[in-house]
Amino acid sequence: MSQATASQTAAPELAGEAAPAAESARALLSVNNIEVIYDHVILVLKGVSLSVPKGGIVALLGANGAGKTTTLKAISNLLRAERGEVTKGSIELEGERVQDMTPNDLVKRGVIQVMEGRHCFEHLTVEENLLTGAYTRGGDRAGIQQDLEMVYGYFPRLKERRGSQAGYTSGGEQQMCAIGRALMTRPKVVLLDEPSMGLAPQLVEQIFEIVKRINEQEGVTILLAEQNTNVALRYAKYGYILENGRVVMDGPAERLRENEDVKEFYLGLSATGRKSYRDVKHYKRRKRWLS
Amino acid sequence: MNLRTIAIWAVSVPLVIAALGFFHQALAAAGWIAFFTWPFYFEVILNGLLQGVMYSLVALGFVLIFKASGIFNFAQGSLVLFAALTMVGLIEMGLPWPLAFVATAVVMVGVAIAVERVVLRPLVNQPHIILFMATIGIFYFMDGFGQTLWGSDVKVLDIGIPKDPIFILGGVFEGGLLVQSFDVIAALCGALLVAVLAVFFQYTRIGRALRAVADDHQAALSVGIPLKTIWAIVWSVAGIVALVAGIMWGGKLGVQFTLALIALKALPVLILGGFTSIPGAIIGGLIIGAGEQVAENFVGAAIGGAIQDWFAYMLAMVFLLFRPQGLFGEKIIERV
Ligand SMILES: Nc1ncnc2c1ncn2[C@@H]1O[C@H](COP(=O)(O)OP(=O)(O)OP(=O)(O)O)[C@@H](O)[C@H]1O
Ligand SMILES: [Mg+2]
Repeated sequence: MSQATASQTAAPELAGEAAPAAESARALLSVNNIEVIYDHVILVLKGVSLSVPKGGIVALLGANGAGKTTTLKAISNLLRAERGEVTKGSIELEGERVQDMTPNDLVKRGVIQVMEGRHCFEHLTVEENLLTGAYTRGGDRAGIQQDLEMVYGYFPRLKERRGSQAGYTSGGEQQMCAIGRALMTRPKVVLLDEPSMGLAPQLVEQIFEIVKRINEQEGVTILLAEQNTNVALRYAKYGYILENGRVVMDGPAERLRENEDVKEFYLGLSATGRKSYRDVKHYKRRKRWLS
Repeated sequence: MNLRTIAIWAVSVPLVIAALGFFHQALAAAGWIAFFTWPFYFEVILNGLLQGVMYSLVALGFVLIFKASGIFNFAQGSLVLFAALTMVGLIEMGLPWPLAFVATAVVMVGVAIAVERVVLRPLVNQPHIILFMATIGIFYFMDGFGQTLWGSDVKVLDIGIPKDPIFILGGVFEGGLLVQSFDVIAALCGALLVAVLAVFFQYTRIGRALRAVADDHQAALSVGIPLKTIWAIVWSVAGIVALVAGIMWGGKLGVQFTLALIALKALPVLILGGFTSIPGAIIGGLIIGAGEQVAENFVGAAIGGAIQDWFAYMLAMVFLLFRPQGLFGEKIIERV
């Protein structure tokens, strides 16, 4: 296994730009060269490193099966329930190794994952769903009530639907419910997995706006896994691109947005002639991405 | 359960009871069955319902564990036996029954935690059929262990519940309806237990977590609900339900090996009520209790009896054909 870090594997034009030293020193969360294996044999992550600064929004991009969800689950340690394990590297939260902790410990320390596909508790009401997020907080009634109002403040729609069974609410409402439930844990960092999945563009925009406000007003750090590169790079400050279990590129969001490869393969635009042989250096990557 | 379902039940139950009554009356008129009188019919139904509460109690233990972990806990019957044996044992050692009750409850919680640690935890993430096999193992272990510990003679479990026959509803029916006071008290205890459980599940933090785990393990894990703790709690609750069932059944039939087999009576109740529904377990138990008694006392008496032994299974089979999720089986919400 190569010891290459994210910045070394980044595309040449971005080299040196990745995670400046000052930033990684302030990292809330840092993932160092982890390898993840499912079922003892399926190697899925092959040395992923990333650093999430406190108060930032970081995007994790990549095609289907690139390993975004696996990375998030390695951090929240939901991996073990799927017979996956981190076999190399380390994961640190504020300098403390957290990879052997249970999800319960991690939630108490402020790491919470909003799973892909929302996973609301269908037969519980919206409000009960939110309250399950406060499980690890014990009997702090006043604080929980206050946070419930805070969540309703961000998602007025949830307040209207508070008494409905979550299974009967719309996809957008369920996504809001899942994010609200995560907020109820009083998180430091939310690992948000594909919030845009299956939602209309307008709703996606609306949800990202709210996530951004939560990030700014509550100081909650966000690590976002998305296939919707366009939206993700507009809201995130920094991005990592995963491919086949490796980080192949990373950089500040605006630089990634302007990068030709990203434009062509993820944003679906190309400034220069698409068929030009000038792009031959991209050819290999394109082949991999489009396959 | 919403208001609409409750309304439907409030209307349909008296209708069904009346219809069955007229049906049997017609059978009697046609000479197919020996006799029919309305007071006797109601007496039979009432006794059936009281009996049914006892079935519900056993079924409840199954539902709790099935809901929380998706495991059909074959060992539930042996928990009932073990609890009853322990309780009798402690009473024989000279403890007053309330103390013996509390001590047995503590033992059942201990058993629950041991089961979680020794059996369930190592098997987590295994297919359900393996967990089911493990519960069969637990069944035989608890069964043997209980008898090794407390002996295998038939014992009398008497906590002073009166067993006299009494007449109730004398104002409505001439002479009143004959019931056993023991059955009435047992039913009231069962009802109380169910009410306490309902409040626990509906309004407490742990209860909410239990329902969350029942809905979605992964999501529950993701919000920091510790599955292992929850499983230990569920098994503890199931153990205490088994204790109450053990006291009632043990008081009625004596404490002996066959007590473990009342689990077999719970099976049709579960099929009828749905494996995931607590109200289903209760109503399923009531229907089977009442149905069985009516069948036994009218049709059974005419064809030579013993309908009671297979009536519940027949009813369950009919349900499997027409409504496999049971009356109250959790609706599968199909909406994204
Ligand atoms: N429980 C599992 N057991 C075995 N392999 C798995 C498991 N979960 C994921 N994988 C494999 O790991 C690889 C990465 O999956 P992952 O879900 O992390 O991708 P992703 O980037 O989140 O993709 P998507 O955009 O489709 O959600 C895939 O090839 C997948 O087949
Ligand atoms: Mg994914």
